[in-house]
Amino acid sequence: MNYIDSSLKVVGTRPIRPDGVDKVTGRAVFAADTRASGMLWGKMLRSPHAHARIVSIDTTKAEALKGVFGVVTAADFPDIPSEEAFVGEGPMNFRDLALNCMARTKVLYEGHALAAVAASTQAIADEALALIDVKYEILPHVIDVEAAMAPNAPILHDDMFTSGVDPKPTKPSNIAKVVTFRKGDVEAGFKDADVIVEGTYTTQPVHQAYIEPHACLATYSPDGQVQIHSSSQGHFMVRAYTAKLLGMNMSNIRVNPAEIGGGFGGKTLVYLEPIAVALSKKSGRTVKMQMTREDVFKASGPTSGAWMEVKIGAKKDGTIVAAKQVLKYQAGAFAGSPIGPGCMCGFAMYDLPNVDVVGYDVVSNRPKVAAYRAPGAPITSFAVESLMDELAIKLGIDALTLREKNAAKNGTKTHYGPTHQNIGFTAVLAAVKSHPHWKSPVKPGQGRGLATGFWFNIGGESTAQVHVNEDGSVTAATGSPDIGGSRASIGMMVAEVLGVPATSVRTIVADTASIGFTHVTGGSRVTFATGMAATQAAEKIVEDLKKRAAQTWDIPVEAVEWKDGKAYPAGSNAGAFEPLDLATLALKAARTGGPLIAEVSINAQGAGPGFGAHICDVTVDKETGHVTIERYTAVQDVGKAIHPSYVEGQIQGGAAQGIGWALNEEYIYNAKGQMENAGFLDYRVPVASDVPMIEAVLVEVPNPRHPFGARGVGEVPIVPPMAAIANAIRSATGLRMPDLPMSPPKVRAAFDAQA
Amino acid sequence: MAKSYVSATINGESSEFLCETQQTLLDVLRDVVGLTGSKEGCASGDCGACSVIMDGRLVCSCLVLGVEAEGTSITTIEGIATGEKLHPVQQKFLEHAALQCGFCTPGLIVATKALLDENPNPTETEARYWLAGNLCRCTGYDKVIRAVMDAAAELRGETVG
Ligand code: FES
Ligand code: FES
Repeated sequence: MNYIDSSLKVVGTRPIRPDGVDKVTGRAVFAADTRASGMLWGKMLRSPHAHARIVSIDTTKAEALKGVFGVVTAADFPDIPSEEAFVGEGPMNFRDLALNCMARTKVLYEGHALAAVAASTQAIADEALALIDVKYEILPHVIDVEAAMAPNAPILHDDMFTSGVDPKPTKPSNIAKVVTFRKGDVEAGFKDADVIVEGTYTTQPVHQAYIEPHACLATYSPDGQVQIHSSSQGHFMVRAYTAKLLGMNMSNIRVNPAEIGGGFGGKTLVYLEPIAVALSKKSGRTVKMQMTREDVFKASGPTSGAWMEVKIGAKKDGTIVAAKQVLKYQAGAFAGSPIGPGCMCGFAMYDLPNVDVVGYDVVSNRPKVAAYRAPGAPITSFAVESLMDELAIKLGIDALTLREKNAAKNGTKTHYGPTHQNIGFTAVLAAVKSHPHWKSPVKPGQGRGLATGFWFNIGGESTAQVHVNEDGSVTAATGSPDIGGSRASIGMMVAEVLGVPATSVRTIVADTASIGFTHVTGGSRVTFATGMAATQAAEKIVEDLKKRAAQTWDIPVEAVEWKDGKAYPAGSNAGAFEPLDLATLALKAARTGGPLIAEVSINAQGAGPGFGAHICDVTVDKETGHVTIERYTAVQDVGKAIHPSYVEGQIQGGAAQGIGWALNEEYIYNAKGQMENAGFLDYRVPVASDVPMIEAVLVEVPNPRHPFGARGVGEVPIVPPMAAIANAIRSATGLRMPDLPMSPPKVRAAFDAQA
Repeated sequence: MAKSYVSATINGESSEFLCETQQTLLDVLRDVVGLTGSKEGCASGDCGACSVIMDGRLVCSCLVLGVEAEGTSITTIEGIATGEKLHPVQQKFLEHAALQCGFCTPGLIVATKALLDENPNPTETEARYWLAGNLCRCTGYDKVIRAVMDAAAELRGETVG
């Protein structure tokens, strides 16, 4: 059923979330908060070198230490073959993941794990790690993406031959693959252009920097049964990877989702769980592992840094006739940067006749990248939207008008294939145009920037259950870890369908043995796909309730209607009966067919893409190079906001992460390839005094493929900020900052160069 | 190594524990006393997830040694509510949706309580600077600051629309 044009009582309101009280009182149980009797502490030995061959690992002294109950190395894990995996977010290979969790013959980056111990205390575990004797043969390393592509670069993988080129190369390379997307005839397009602009841009890897470090608790029983408590964006993902990496049967592994302290894409793969299980098997005890903040920075995935070249050609009136892009994305130590989405998203906001995009996926001696909010899109958009600003300046056209002129609409065929349908980009631009921020004059001494962004949003496999309890209260269970309030939104959709208040529905996240398969919480899919499954489960319950009322009244089911949480006879012909509410029907459930339960598993299709546009005002301090964000407005098409507060929260949080990406965040390496700022003091994420209030403007163009019209909302808001800020700096100072982060030293240097 | 005996008042109750000399107050609270509401985000004093109030002062419990707790009075997130009744700061965080993942929330609430104990009428800028030691990666701080300002107004007895 579709409720898009119905009058809604619950959806669109702002109730307090079901897990709220636990979270404000310290009761919520995150992965590191769980303990077990006889528990040991597991710790990882990590490489101090950026690139080295492992000549030998001697663990005998560590094993002999009192209080140590197990030591594992790659020798304790099956050496699994290369095989594509589709359980996480983005491309992944099981063998790469195994080698990333535990190095076998080579360490490929500083922080790469190569052994682990389980001991009775953390101090003993640390002592044991120091007793492991590793002989390394240090190899030359390479950090930067362009250096890694150079012909004489140190090669990370002898068996990596660039895919996507013809003929197949005969020599190994750090370029894992080349991807191309073409539409029309780009060279002819440029010939036709009155004006051509070009630019080269770089971005640095940035970490998701969730405040909760990765943690888990694992128990291996002698009968082969495994229990895992962990913090992840998908407990089914944890199960699949752990089973594969350990050669186990999935049904022997039960994963309990702990509360998750932020993920942003970075918790869509495993680092600790298979190791903790192996240590538990070896020691016969429950093992707890948690990363330090330094481990999180050095050994878990940031997103790619990149080198990019963009060229755009337009007519005098602003109509773009050709657009070209070369993208080189750094993948970290294993193939799998978000180069695909990078190639697709940069130009996806525009209706362009001729496009040519080439992308490279490049490995180097850095931690393997992981998904980070709209993976790949913010990077490419920084380049494209910075250059769009230059084009507007060159043409003497207002930045918004240029975008309006070229905006993608329903029916626009993208350069990567699909045709846009039911999109709200023009509505977003119209909302910018009429917004007081855009209409207000720029304050003296300030500059204003505008940039837009796109993300596909995804659907996929989800399972939801709805239970009407014996007293008529309702429990909804899903397989989606809740990273930002999805229990609230899912419970609200169920409440709306059942016609009860939001507070009557309790939503929980069920473990892998208690609910059907559900894909990771990522790609902005939960409210869309899991919400759809939950809505359908609630509809099944309503059908069931109507049947039972019909049975009670002895009338045909067609003569029963469900309204405001009660069954009514439909019209006077149906007979005169007192309405039956949920509690009454629940009480009679045993006599009318048994428990009232519905489960729905779907593979949801039709996630509507999302578009955003951000307006940003800045001042730039000439003396220090410091950029202050004075005012920030983020406009986004959200389809339908189920719980508007959490939708706004996603937009505000994404924008703040983008502000950090734009102004401060980067990985700093020394000459040995070691990260020098692996802590929150030197890797500086925005704090409360760095940002202003962030106004989130919700534009609602319903997605017809979702029962309430919802679109994913979590990814889009991190796409526009970097260019919006760069464009604001350009407007304030005349300086074009093509390299991220636009940190004080860089801005200062740009001023010096300008003088 | 021999453990040290420590006695302190935690959330109004007298409490005794044994701890190793190198153990931080955060580790003691979480692993010895069993109060896991205070979180470890960095263990280096940079994220504020471990914030507690010690003798009226806001501290990062990861930077305090367990043995230093001797004779002190400590308030953790578990001691902010009064029985069933949430503290206004907690209630306002809920009403304003000032949390997403909720991992930073215990530290932010403790830090906000300490702010309002000291300065019941902070400006937005004062609130932002006071809370600059508490990282939140989810919210962008907008709703957090609104919750703080609203809680301050309520504690001052002003009714806000
Ligand atoms: S854990 Fe203490 S400040 Fe981060
Ligand atoms: S709510 Fe997630 S870190 Fe603040």
